[in-house]
Amino acid sequence: MPESRNKFDLAIVGAGVTGASIARVLSAYKLRIAVLEKEADISFGVSKANSGIIHAGFHHKPSSLKAVLEVKGNAMFDGLQKELLFPFKRVGILVTAFSYEEMKAVEKLYDQGIENGVPGLEIVNRDRIIGMEPVLNRDVVGGLYAPTGGIIEPYRFVFALMESAVKNGVSLFRNFEVIKSRKHKTSYTIQAASGETIEARYVVNAAGLYADEVSRLFGAEEFEIIPRKGEEFILDRLAAAFPKHVLFPVPAEHSKGILVIPTVEGTMMIGPTANEIENKEDTATTRENLERVLSLARMMVPAISKMDIITSFAGNRPVLKDNDFYIEASGKAERLIQAAGIQSPGLTASPAIAEYVKGLLEKNGLSLVRREDYDPHITGPTPIRGSSPEEVDLLVGTDPAYGRVVCRCEEVSEKEIKEAINRGHTTLDGIKFYTRAGMGRCQGAFCTYKIIKLLIQELGILPEEITKRGGKSKVILRKL
Amino acid sequence: MKTNVYDAVVIGGGAAGMACACEMDSSGLKVAIVEREETLGGILLQCIHNGFGLHRFKEELTGPEYAERYIEKVENTSLDVFLSTTVVNIANEGEGYCVTGYSGSEGVLLFKTEAVVLAMGCRERNRGNIGIPGTRPSGILTAGLAQRLINMDGLVPGRRIVIAGSGDIGLIMARRLTWTGCEVLGVVEILPYASGITRNIVQCLKDFDIPLYLSHIISRIEGKDRVESVQVTPLQDGKPDISGSFPLECDTILLSVGLIPENELSRKASVKINHETGGAYVDAHYMTSQKGIFACGNVLHVHDIVDFVSEESVTCGRYVHQYVKHSLLDAAQYNVTPGANVKYVIPNSFIREAGRKFYLRSLIVKNDAELKVMLGEQTIIKKKLRHVQPSEMISFVLDNEAFPASLPIGDRMALEVSIH
Ligand SMILES: Cc1cc2nc3c(=O)[nH]c(=O)nc-3n(C[C@H](O)[C@H](O)[C@H](O)COP(=O)(O)OP(=O)(O)OC[C@H]3O[C@@H](n4cnc5c(N)ncnc54)[C@H](O)[C@@H]3O)c2cc1C
Ligand SMILES: Cc1cc2nc3c(=O)[nH]c(=O)nc-3n(C[C@H](O)[C@H](O)[C@H](O)COP(=O)(O)OP(=O)(O)OC[C@H]3O[C@@H](n4cnc5c(N)ncnc54)[C@H](O)[C@@H]3O)c2cc1C
Repeated sequence: MPESRNKFDLAIVGAGVTGASIARVLSAYKLRIAVLEKEADISFGVSKANSGIIHAGFHHKPSSLKAVLEVKGNAMFDGLQKELLFPFKRVGILVTAFSYEEMKAVEKLYDQGIENGVPGLEIVNRDRIIGMEPVLNRDVVGGLYAPTGGIIEPYRFVFALMESAVKNGVSLFRNFEVIKSRKHKTSYTIQAASGETIEARYVVNAAGLYADEVSRLFGAEEFEIIPRKGEEFILDRLAAAFPKHVLFPVPAEHSKGILVIPTVEGTMMIGPTANEIENKEDTATTRENLERVLSLARMMVPAISKMDIITSFAGNRPVLKDNDFYIEASGKAERLIQAAGIQSPGLTASPAIAEYVKGLLEKNGLSLVRREDYDPHITGPTPIRGSSPEEVDLLVGTDPAYGRVVCRCEEVSEKEIKEAINRGHTTLDGIKFYTRAGMGRCQGAFCTYKIIKLLIQELGILPEEITKRGGKSKVILRKL
Repeated sequence: MKTNVYDAVVIGGGAAGMACACEMDSSGLKVAIVEREETLGGILLQCIHNGFGLHRFKEELTGPEYAERYIEKVENTSLDVFLSTTVVNIANEGEGYCVTGYSGSEGVLLFKTEAVVLAMGCRERNRGNIGIPGTRPSGILTAGLAQRLINMDGLVPGRRIVIAGSGDIGLIMARRLTWTGCEVLGVVEILPYASGITRNIVQCLKDFDIPLYLSHIISRIEGKDRVESVQVTPLQDGKPDISGSFPLECDTILLSVGLIPENELSRKASVKINHETGGAYVDAHYMTSQKGIFACGNVLHVHDIVDFVSEESVTCGRYVHQYVKHSLLDAAQYNVTPGANVKYVIPNSFIREAGRKFYLRSLIVKNDAELKVMLGEQTIIKKKLRHVQPSEMISFVLDNEAFPASLPIGDRMALEVSIH
């Protein structure tokens, strides 16, 4: 095994859910692994801006790689949650039909789901669906019920995966934008925009929207990733329209339609749109799409009110021409595995993608020897939100910071914020994704200054050094 | 977990909480104030500008000075003050309430109490609430957060600033930021009139030549890491007229688009909320729909002037005392309803007793307006108002003259308040 600090057996480019899942699976083996991420924190790409649904697996054709990995991935979440303690709930999915033609489409989805191996699928009639989901528009005529569908906090999942990987020896490089590579006989030298280099024998391209560029950098296949934008809108946790299940309409050709989603942390979400765009960085939201999403969501759940919207965001799906995942060993660059085109259901499929990539690496000569000291479990601060007063009292006994509430809307304690910072989440967005501070109805109007103070205190940095999400996203421009 | 027993627990130690608690203390109740922050004072502490106390103290104080008067008062009482303690729940226990607070030094505190006063203040509406499209870079913050950062922490969040909304905090921040050397490029207001009070328009914008774009919206935010510009679009007949759009290059957007009473705790305690105010429905004694839970200050309805907060809260404190002593006037209560051009009237009920004061907000802007109060078919008050606008609260008193004992009240009679 190579000795030097920057020599690795494997480099994974991209720390989204794909890269983090792969890193974690391989951290169980005696390998030196580097994860290279261009952003200031992990999960800042597509993996932070999606619907957070663990799909059941009836949406895609049985012949697609997506369908196979989706169903497999879905089944792996219970085990992962036990080890990694991220927020995940199998609330179930309901596809809602509003006409007899749509019921026909529901039957097709049912058949496709059965063929894909989705467990527990049921077609439900009108009375049953209304009974299961009282907020539904009374015009509903029936639908499909998929009990294995679930919801997750995607960034928390990625953070947990990476924390586990790092605990088992993986090296994470943040702010490491891969811009160049040089191929040697048995390895690659990989250079970051900052000038820093590392060397790795094997490479996995898990660069999301930039997988095409990364592929080119390594002299591998030429392909094009097309960004397909999805805008989503978040509603307050007290919204009257809060559903029990994830609600889908009957799908359109390239998208699953506008959904009504209960989030695992108790807020709710409507979206996403699906528009192909030019610029991969374009995550702006538009008024037209807000109106469109609202009116479509209201067709399913009439109680949805614009007044309840607390924030919006957009994410771009990294789409390939054939609309499927592209997970293969490169035919041009040796020892490079492509994990590209990971559009929806990438989140759902990620645990299965990781196993699949592991297989490809092994097939291509990477020898996998299990570590004796592999520990699949991680621990974190206990969120006071959802803890009972008795539990909080005990927590305050272990650390008074548990009793200081920093974010009132989402009930986040100072302890949780400090833990986030000390685990390397040092931007406002990183802290927000780790703890939920600033995600609630006031969107940080009350807690931002407290978090700024904690960042200064914990890291010994200047206020002007604090950013929203790295780079030039400064928060404070100067002192008075 | 430690348990404390009180006659009344006040949640929030801002202007409202302090005034209400002092009143109850002076009448002999055993009272606690529970405040989340390290000090009493609430929002006043970050309002270092002048203009507080004109009604109550007949002098012009800054926010912190106004707060200091009450803090001193609190110190000279036997009130128990729990600082750095966040209330997370109010549970109904049949004979009273159990209020749960989290504190770093004390752990979880339980307060058993007969009465609860909601005095949690309000929060600012944000970008999501008004749905400004575009990117989500750094440099978008509420005016109140900017005020807090500059005035209390000495941190300046921007250089070239556009303010969305003409609420008072935004206006005051326009002046404050100009003083610190920032450039304020304009205030963009969707309505045809400003939503802040006239004094602030003059003293914070006109005196500094800061443009006020009425009937305009920010239609788009641009910039990846940090705000780079906004598109400002005029409204024609209430619809955006894209052809008239123009960009303003800026690095910061301050939002001053209104305040919302902080009633999440109240909702948890099943207190009924009025959509017009965002606060609780209160009866003639400032009691909410939950027996024994009262509300005053910005958590009840957003005030523009702190003097009214103090006044209302003292009144509320008096009723809480009577409630605890079982001496509340046990007379029939009747509805108070907002009539023409009125957004809301507080309290939402009245009782036949002289000297009761009401607060209301107009829905229109008008000079030489008239306030009209009707009881059933009968007009009992007519009052000339030199100028009305939604941002300036109006009040009136039902005295004996207006409301003679001989006036019959029918069972379902309501007091209707209108502006013409
Ligand atoms: C609107 C929307 C809704 C969705 N909803 C769902 C859903 O409900 N369920 C579901 O299963 N899936 C959903 N998806 C799909 C899912 O979000 C993605 O499939 C998944 O997040 C992709 O993860 P990834 O790790 O491949 O990509 P990313 O998360 O984008 O990770 C790639 C990482 O690579 C980094 N990177 C790129 N270039 C470089 C470089 N040169 N050097 C270093 N680092 C680099 C990026 O910064 C990024 O962090 C949705 C997607 C969108 C857009
Ligand atoms: C920015 C701004 C500028 C203003 N300018 C003027 C002016 O120029 N002149 C003027 O006369 N008036 C002005 N006002 C109006 C006036 O100052 C306020 O309306 C008044 O101070 C509000 O008092 P309050 O006690 O209702 O609310 P707040 O002062 O907001 O007090 C509420 C308190 O409750 C606490 N709290 C909330 N939730 C909890 C909980 N769960 N547990 C424990 N504690 C909690 C908060 O920390 C806070 O201290 C201004 C108001 C604002 C917001």
